Formats: sequence, structure tokens, C-alpha cells
Amino acid sequence: MVERNPPDATFGWGVVFSEETLGALRDADYETYTQISNSFARWSAIDIHFRGKTVRSHGHVFTGISRKVLLSILQGRCRELGVELTFRREVSDLAVFADADLVVGADGVNGLVRRVHADAFRPALSIHPTKYIWYGANLALDAFTFIFRQNHDGLFQVHAYPFDAHTSTFIVECPESVWRRAKLDTASEADSIAYCEELFGEELNGRRLLSNRSAWINFVTLRSESWHHGNVVLLGDAAHTAHFSIGSGTKLAMEDSIALVDALRRHRDLTTALNDYELERQPVVERFQEAARESSTYFENVSRYAAFEPVQFAFNLLTRSRRISHVNLSVRDPELVRAVDGWFFSRASGRADGVARLSPPPMFAPFTLRGLTLANRTVLVAPNQDSATDGMPDDRLRDALGRCVETGAGLVLTEQTAVSAEGRVTSGSPGIYRAEHGPAWGRIVEDLHERGGRIALQLGHAGRRGSTRPRSKGIDQPLPIGAWQLVSASAIPYGHRSPAPRAVDGRGMATVIAQFGAAARAAHDADIDLLELNFGQGYLVASFLSPLSNRRDDAYGGALDNRMRFAIEVLDAVREAWPGPLAVRMTASDWVAGGFELDDAVTLAATLKAHGCDLVDAVMGQNLVESRPDYGRLFGVPASDRIRNEAGVPTIASGHITTFDEANTILAAGRADLCVLAL
Amino acid sequence: MRVGIGLPTSTPGASRDLLLEWSVRADRGPFSTLAVVDRIAYPNFEPFTALAAAAALTRRIDLATMAAIGPLRNTALLAKQAASIDALSVGRLTLGLAVGARGNDYDAAGIDHRGRGRRLGEQLDEIRTIWEGEQIGPKCARPSGPRLLVGGGSGEALLRMARSSDGYMHGGGPPRAFAGAAARARAAWTDAGRPGAPLLWGMGYYALGEGTSDAGAGYLRDYYAFAGPFADKIAAANLTTPGAVADFVRGYQEAGCDELVLFPTVSSMDQLDRLAEVLG
Repeated sequence: MVERNPPDATFGWGVVFSEETLGALRDADYETYTQISNSFARWSAIDIHFRGKTVRSHGHVFTGISRKVLLSILQGRCRELGVELTFRREVSDLAVFADADLVVGADGVNGLVRRVHADAFRPALSIHPTKYIWYGANLALDAFTFIFRQNHDGLFQVHAYPFDAHTSTFIVECPESVWRRAKLDTASEADSIAYCEELFGEELNGRRLLSNRSAWINFVTLRSESWHHGNVVLLGDAAHTAHFSIGSGTKLAMEDSIALVDALRRHRDLTTALNDYELERQPVVERFQEAARESSTYFENVSRYAAFEPVQFAFNLLTRSRRISHVNLSVRDPELVRAVDGWFFSRASGRADGVARLSPPPMFAPFTLRGLTLANRTVLVAPNQDSATDGMPDDRLRDALGRCVETGAGLVLTEQTAVSAEGRVTSGSPGIYRAEHGPAWGRIVEDLHERGGRIALQLGHAGRRGSTRPRSKGIDQPLPIGAWQLVSASAIPYGHRSPAPRAVDGRGMATVIAQFGAAARAAHDADIDLLELNFGQGYLVASFLSPLSNRRDDAYGGALDNRMRFAIEVLDAVREAWPGPLAVRMTASDWVAGGFELDDAVTLAATLKAHGCDLVDAVMGQNLVESRPDYGRLFGVPASDRIRNEAGVPTIASGHITTFDEANTILAAGRADLCVLAL
Repeated sequence: MRVGIGLPTSTPGASRDLLLEWSVRADRGPFSTLAVVDRIAYPNFEPFTALAAAAALTRRIDLATMAAIGPLRNTALLAKQAASIDALSVGRLTLGLAVGARGNDYDAAGIDHRGRGRRLGEQLDEIRTIWEGEQIGPKCARPSGPRLLVGGGSGEALLRMARSSDGYMHGGGPPRAFAGAAARARAAWTDAGRPGAPLLWGMGYYALGEGTSDAGAGYLRDYYAFAGPFADKIAAANLTTPGAVADFVRGYQEAGCDELVLFPTVSSMDQLDRLAEVLG
């Protein structure tokens, strides 16, 4: 074992372990396990200090140990086992290990071993935007502690955890802009400590912060495609890092080394052993890195939740990395989940806080919007039937809606219904543009109301995605017979085989706006419960919003304000004609570089809200065919979260939400107000 | 879940006699589909030619490309080849298409590697139009032609799959990897507004019997040599015991796979019998 530092040198203060790590260590080396467990601090609570309140969550098992103690236990055990330990020796060339059977690079995120064989390991480094610093504190905490503190410079947060009876690790983190405003970029070590001691004086209660060559840094996430090359293998931070907010660096390194030894015992052949090690560990580490990414993203954007009630703020924090959900947390801490559910239900049903102690989970709390009350927070989108003739809704469509209603969903959303014949997506799209369409919808809605359903009519104009065949064999397939002229913001076809649309002119826009208004009136007469305008997914209004499909040089093209103009005019016309709750579906990101992005979506949502939109249905992509979609788990939820909490408008989340637990977690954490379930 | 078997067109020593006998016996065995892989710069049999031979010798078993590399081929010719196999086999073809993973196949064919995803997307729509049209025959057994599946792990590939095909073809891995990909495929499908659900196909590699595991691993390391160190992992995951095959099959079934195809990694007739025995 060759180490460049002296035996007792370490950065940071304490290390946190989970039960699983300890179990693995117990099986791998009982001696070390015993010594480590005798030196542990154990605790089971998480405290969240926010807006003058402390929310305590129980049932989380943590164990912590001082880094120095851990080092000395490991070194002692090495000596006992006859490992030759060399300290204060810098290695600058791996050739010194030429006669080794195996070289293990455990030399950290900037380690030499990885850099020497970068071609084989293919590492990727990404630097996180926030600044943080490792302090210690003479503070005996009895919980993993998060502190959020706002001052004139901005929002700071602390991640603190005990590692012995007297001392805690105390990490301070803030956005770089806040760090500069606080002049911490130019502060000396002592100045930084003084600033943080003053900021967190209340929690420190007169105790001091301790520095250990502490400096403000950015966290670096390292991913390596491969961890071994010839007779060289990486473990721990040398191979991979995961953001400190899920506290896992030492844990992963120890698990790696246990797995490596096991693999070497299992296989005589070195390459086979190293492959096996990697096969076992890489998926585990990737899952951790994914959780760490979600956790760090949460802390980078936490100011978004500054107005949350502490109980919801706490639930949101605890479920930030998706490793803990509503169900997991109700096993660990049933009281807290009951409090969250009760708070949620009380608020949703307009009762005094705390009255609803026997409340259902958030999915089954009612939702009220402009006089409409939905029995629960679930939305089902009726599958596209494409069975209408000249827009006339038929029995098949009614039956499909009926099956959705029968599930008990709080709201059933129709397939996109056209405001004009040219606005249909397929030759079988339903519409609400001829005199007989409205009454036909009225009969369907009456039937669905009798069965207890609440119906949202999705209103749209297909634009350049119109004139296509029914979608059983694919989408955007041009109609071979009976095609109609398409319109769009600019004369750019949607798919490679789509006919070129005509750029809609002023008169055309006025016509479409009038058609939306007329359709809204007809929907009102048909007793529709909620109207949703589809301004996303590449249809007519979306073609104005995305800079990649809008090349206009008039007042409707160019800057975002101009590109939003048509959407606002349509919304205004509908708002005038439709007194009920009004939702807008928007594509929150084109999934194309240089396209409509989440920042734009927040601006758009805030503007729509100002013009009377009550609810935003945030979806992803489909504005352009050539895009880079990400269909990862719950892929639409981050957009819903951001729009809801930055634009301040209620949202519907989608993105393949398939379980009640996912829906309850999203709703309780305040990432959406309604969830589209994919059942 | 249906379970199919690969035709050993790319394993070392694959011969005319092996392929023909393999096809005949697969048709009699407990397998749903006989599938072929596709490479250019490799000593394997050309997939459509191999399937034509198999079509002639079989009556029951379905045939599939898993997957043919679309952009390497002229679209009209590709559609015509697939229609011909479909006609020769009376509607037993499933055409799986993907962009492939290796640049050298494109080099060998003299085709630009860039833009391959976009070209595959265009091909998918054009092939269906050709099948349904009158100009380029033969007529397929079904009006809209063979089942069309798309492979590839990226979001772009899943979008192409959802836009223009009947389902998803996974590229291999443990059941958990398949389950993750299947969830993304379903998500892409629903998100695109397609009614129903995508067909989900999975694949795996095996070598059963004394002394076959080294040869199997050697073939996989060679076949996936382009993938660098990842080839070792694929080789290490080769299913070499009846228990491993049974676990794998069960895992895929639980993950919602519609059709799992197991490919042999050594060129020997007994591999078919051994797999048949495991599947019962």
C-alpha cells in the first residue's frame, strides 16, 4: 500500500455508512467490522430546519465514524495482516509497479492511475455549479441535519451529521452567485469561517466551526466506462464519484474493494475476475450516481421551493432522489407521512389544518379549480381511436372514454379534438366545428357524467401534423387520398414525408382564433367540465412557439415574446368564450439544442397564467421529429416541477407514471397537482 | 412469452450443412422464431439470403432479422427482399431494423455512418408504403406487410420505434436491463399517441454443454471487439448452464417480454437440442 500523505492525513471529517455496507463488511472482514462498529455514532433521525421550523423525520438508520479513526483502524488491520504500508511516497510513474500481479488504483478522483490509462477507462468528468466547503463543528448532533438559511446574499444550505459524541461534519453549500455576493470568493479561511459561524449562529449555539485545510470547491462527478485495463483496476473515487448530498464516497469504495476481493477469489483468471468485479459493481454504482444526480439537482434548485410549507418542504427533500418514495417513507416514518397526507388533504378539501387526521394519500385528495372539483388527482388520457368521420365523435370514441371513466380517474382527457376540419390530426380525429358536433359531444358527456366522470376536452389544431392516416401502424403518415392543405407558422414540413404546409397569414390566424373561440362555446354548451388547449407537440400553436419551426419575420416570429403572441391570442379568445377551468398543454422542451427549452416554458407558463390559464399540462418533445428524447423514469416530472414552482401555476405531470406510489410521491412533494397515469 | 432461437450464421465454422439442418430441426422444435443477425464486415451469412434458405426448409417457425442494419441497404431493395421472404414463408417474417453499432460495416459498404438514425427513420415509413403499394412486389401475406420492429437503446431510436413500427427489439443484457428498456419503449409508445402497446422482443446468448463456454466467450469477444472492454462483459454474461438459461427466460418473462430469442455462440448442432431440452 503506497500513500503519498502521512498516515493521519485526511480531508473532511466524518464518514456515513448504511446497514448494507456494514453487512458486507461483516462478511468480508469481521475484525474490522467489530472495531468500526465499536467506534460508531448511530442515529436514526433527519432534521430539516426551514423557515423557522424544524421537521424531524424518524426511522432512517445512519452510522458515522471519524475519518481519522477509520484510517487508523484500517491501517492497524493492514499491519496485522502483514500488508506493507508506505506513506509519504509520491508515485509519478506506474512503471514502479511493473512486477505486480495487479495494481489497484484507489487514488481518488484526480488519481494518477486513471489518468495514465484514460484511453482505456474513458472517464467523463462533470463539474457541479454550486460551491461547497467541508467544515467540522464541535457540535453533538443527534440527527442528520439539513439547515436552510436565507440572508441578504441568498439561500445557503448545510448538510451536517455527527461522527462521534462531540463532533459533526458541517458542509455549507450555496449557488455560485450567492457565494460571490457574499464575497466568499475572495474571503480568507478565517473570513469564511466567521461568515458561516454568524450565518448559522443559532444552530451552532456558540460552538465553533473547524477547518481542515477547508476551501470552497465545486463537486466533480466522475463516470468511467471501464474500471480495468490489463492488470490495473480502479476502485472508489478513482473510478466514480457521487455527490456528497447522498453521502456515499467511502461506502462505495469499501463495497468496491470487497467485491474486488470476492471476484479475485472466485476466478483464477485475472481478466475474468476483473470483468466480474465490474459487472457486479457498475450497475450498483450507476444507480447511486443517478440518485446522487437527482439529489444534487434538488440542492442546486432548492430556492424554487422557498415558499413551501415546512412539512411539504421536508417531504420533497426526503424524496428528492427517488430512492425514498411515499411508500418507503411511510414504512420508515408513518407519523410524518400521516402528517403530510393530513396536511395535503386538509388543504385540498378546505378544512382547517390538522383536522383531517384520517386522510387518504394525496392521489385521492380532491382538486378544485375555478369551481370544478375533481374527486381525485389522477388523469387518464383516452387512447386515440381515430374513428370519427368528418370530425363526428362516434360510439367507439364514447366507449373508449367510458372505459377511462370506469377506472375512477378524477379526470378523463379526450383525444385531441379539432377546431376545424383542417385542424384534424388524422382523417379519423374527432372535431367540434360543425353544428352537429357540439350536440354529439353533449350526448357523450351527459352519459359520462351519469357514470360519475369528469371530462376534459382537448382542443387543438393539428397545423403541419394534420392530414395523416389513423395511427395504428405509425404516426405522421400522410393521407394518400383525401389530403388537405396544411398550415403552420412557417412553410417547413413536419416529417420527411409530410407535405409542405403553407405559412399561415394574418387572415388565417384570425380564422383559427375564431374557430378556437367557437369550439370553446360549443364545448360549454356540451357541458364539458374542463377545456385543455393543445399548444404543444408540434401542432399549429406549437409551431409558433419553437424557434426551429417558426422562421417568421413579422410580429409572430423572432423573440419569445413574438413567438408567444399567437398562443396568447388564441388563449384570450377561448378565455372570453369559456368561463370554466382552462388548461393548456405545452411542450416544455423540444429536446433539441437551440429549440424551445425549459426556461422558455417557465416564461410561457407565467404568461399563460396571467391571461387566465388555470392549469398547465407539461409534456415533452414532439415539436420536431429530429430530437433527442429521454424516456427515462417519470421523464415529464422535472418539467412539471419547475413550471409549477417557478411560474406559480398548477400543473399536470406526465411521463409514464405507472404506480400509485409514484403519483403520491409527486403530489405530496409538490411537483404537480394532477398526474396522468399510464395504466 | 414466446421463445425463439438464433440461426448460427455468424459463429465460427458455420456451414451450409449446419444452417440447413438447424433450420429443419428448429422448425420441429419448441421454438417460436428463427432469427439472424446482420453484419457486413464479418464472415457471417447475409441475413436475407440465410432466411430465404430457411424459409424453403420450414413450414411453421417464424423468421426474423434481429436486427438488419437498415441504412446499409437501399430502401426499395430492402423492402423487396423482406416482402420476398415474407411471400416465400407465407407471412412468417418479422423485420427487425436498427442502425447497427459498428462503423466498419458502414465503411465496408461505402455508406456514410453519419445521419444513419435519420435515414433509418425515413426507411421505416418508406418500407411500409412500399409493402402497401402496388408498384414493388411481391405481395406480402398481410395487407400492411410483415411485422416491423426497431432496435437501439437511445431516445432517438425509441422515438423512431414509436413513430413508425410495431414494437421494440432489445439488444441483449440481463433481465433488469431489458425491463428498463421495455419501460422506456412503452413510455415512448404512449407518448407518441399510439394506441395499444409495442411488441417487446429480447435476446440472449448461450453455449450449453461441456467445454463450450470458452469457445462461446471467444466468439462473443470477437463479435463485439468494437465495443472495447465491454466485449468482455458480454462474453462473461453468456448463458452456459441450463440453470442460467432457465433463470434468464424467467427473468425476461417477468419483465414483460413478448418474444425472447436465444442465439447460440458455437457452431454445433447439439446446441439446438440442448436448448430445446432446457425449454422443455
